[in-house]
Amino acid sequence: MIATPEVLIVGGGPAGLAAARETVGAGCDTVVLDDALEPGGQLVKQTHKFFGSEMEYAGVRGIKIPEILLREVSDSPKLKILLRTTASGYYEDGVVTAIFQDKKVLKFKPKKLIIATGAQEKTILFPNNDMPGVYGAGAVQTLMNVYGVAPGTRGLMIGAGNIGLIVSYQLRQAGIAVAAVVEALDRIGGYWVHASKIARLKIPILTRHTIIEALGEENVTGAIIAQIDDNWLPIPGTEREIECDFICLAVGLSPLSDLFRLAECEMVFVPEFGGDVPLRDTNMETSTKGIYVAGDVGGIEEASSAIIEGALAGISTAFSLGKNIPDYERRNRELRDELVSLRSGPVGEHIRSGIAKCRISAKTEVG
Amino acid sequence: MASQIERTGVPTKEQIESTLPGDERRAKGPYAVIECWQEIPCDPCVASCPFGYIAPMKNINDLPKLDQESCTGCGNCIALCPGLAIFIIDETFGGEDEAMIRIPHEFAPLPEKEDIVRALDREGNYVADAEVVRVQKGKSGCTVLHLLIPKKFILDIRAVEPLPMR
Repeated sequence: MIATPEVLIVGGGPAGLAAARETVGAGCDTVVLDDALEPGGQLVKQTHKFFGSEMEYAGVRGIKIPEILLREVSDSPKLKILLRTTASGYYEDGVVTAIFQDKKVLKFKPKKLIIATGAQEKTILFPNNDMPGVYGAGAVQTLMNVYGVAPGTRGLMIGAGNIGLIVSYQLRQAGIAVAAVVEALDRIGGYWVHASKIARLKIPILTRHTIIEALGEENVTGAIIAQIDDNWLPIPGTEREIECDFICLAVGLSPLSDLFRLAECEMVFVPEFGGDVPLRDTNMETSTKGIYVAGDVGGIEEASSAIIEGALAGISTAFSLGKNIPDYERRNRELRDELVSLRSGPVGEHIRSGIAKCRISAKTEVG
Repeated sequence: MASQIERTGVPTKEQIESTLPGDERRAKGPYAVIECWQEIPCDPCVASCPFGYIAPMKNINDLPKLDQESCTGCGNCIALCPGLAIFIIDETFGGEDEAMIRIPHEFAPLPEKEDIVRALDREGNYVADAEVVRVQKGKSGCTVLHLLIPKKFILDIRAVEPLPMR
């Protein structure tokens, strides 16, 4: 049997839940698919207070946000959230398949599809990078903050972007030592306030350094790091051994955009966004009519932007289904203005540059 | 060439000194210092001030602007800053050579009132012992520690060494 909800949302993270809040709020029959045990995506492990706008819950800890997003709609009969459910395909007749709790294949033919699948962690090449004890930083955050499992006793963090800095801080909060944060660039990529927090804990941040190899026989017992030159090549003689029993890679994220490709949405490779992303108009609709994008799958950014993009995709979807949305044009413009505002500072430069590469002129431009 | 704070997360002496109000204000009682050096999209501090002394931002990426002359030193902003970048200094507290600093602290177990803790600088180096005057637990889950410290270290002490986990 094929289910025919008005809206199918793939991914129950910040973007997907914000989209669901809007579509359900507007009266659309909505199904959300998520592969995890609980909704929230990466929010479920974000124990730190969020940045961004007061309007998007800045100052609130990430772990509290899924509940807030769902508060208004969780009792609605219009909303169905299927957990441990992985979208597995998109077919040319508009059917989405999903594996439900490892038991059966579900089929959906929604009127509108919002894809908010997020991103996956990247890795880097070095000898022994496949040895037990080499983790993605996000995986370490899940182990610690969701399951209460220590990944080791002393870690080495690779990457001084926000994830590397925040996870280093959270490791220390869990009583786990961090030997150093290694960063290939000549500067910290994440927010300086996060760097300041770990500096106060005496965790050194080594810019212009890289990992040469992981040491160990069966699991990580250390690492060799070295300084790098202007061509990013290790400088001979600067190698040194770091004692650690695990290594965290926080070297960037890549959008999980496969479903868009299956749906033959026009894609573009955007380095600023970490990989292939779909073209989209200002309402978040892709080149395939009725398919919308929201959150990191459209380009790696912050959760606050994902929430706004989700809301924008949600109201645009509901509006295109003919639902009555009071003040639709004003709300649409407010959400777009807020995205522009969040991205307008110096740290948003690469986002602005990325957005410019994946815009399609809006067919349903409002205002 | 990247600046010191871009490389290390540690501000320069000049940056730190620029956060202090004038001598007259310092002699009047507690005041907030905001150690926020980077234009990032973040604005909860504005709404955190119950008196509106942190000016509304034209752009969410603006650096916060605090009216230090008017600041009452209430400290509501400390636990609401996601960057843990706001501190309260009270140079009128305690004896001649003492001062109070209030800092955000997110480590368990928490110290208790009257405990002596190891106060650290921005690079995590031990500076001095400090007495915990008050442990203020807030809704945000971020605790604010009120510390009695030697007055000469008001520009140095910004953290407390986490206690060993039980």
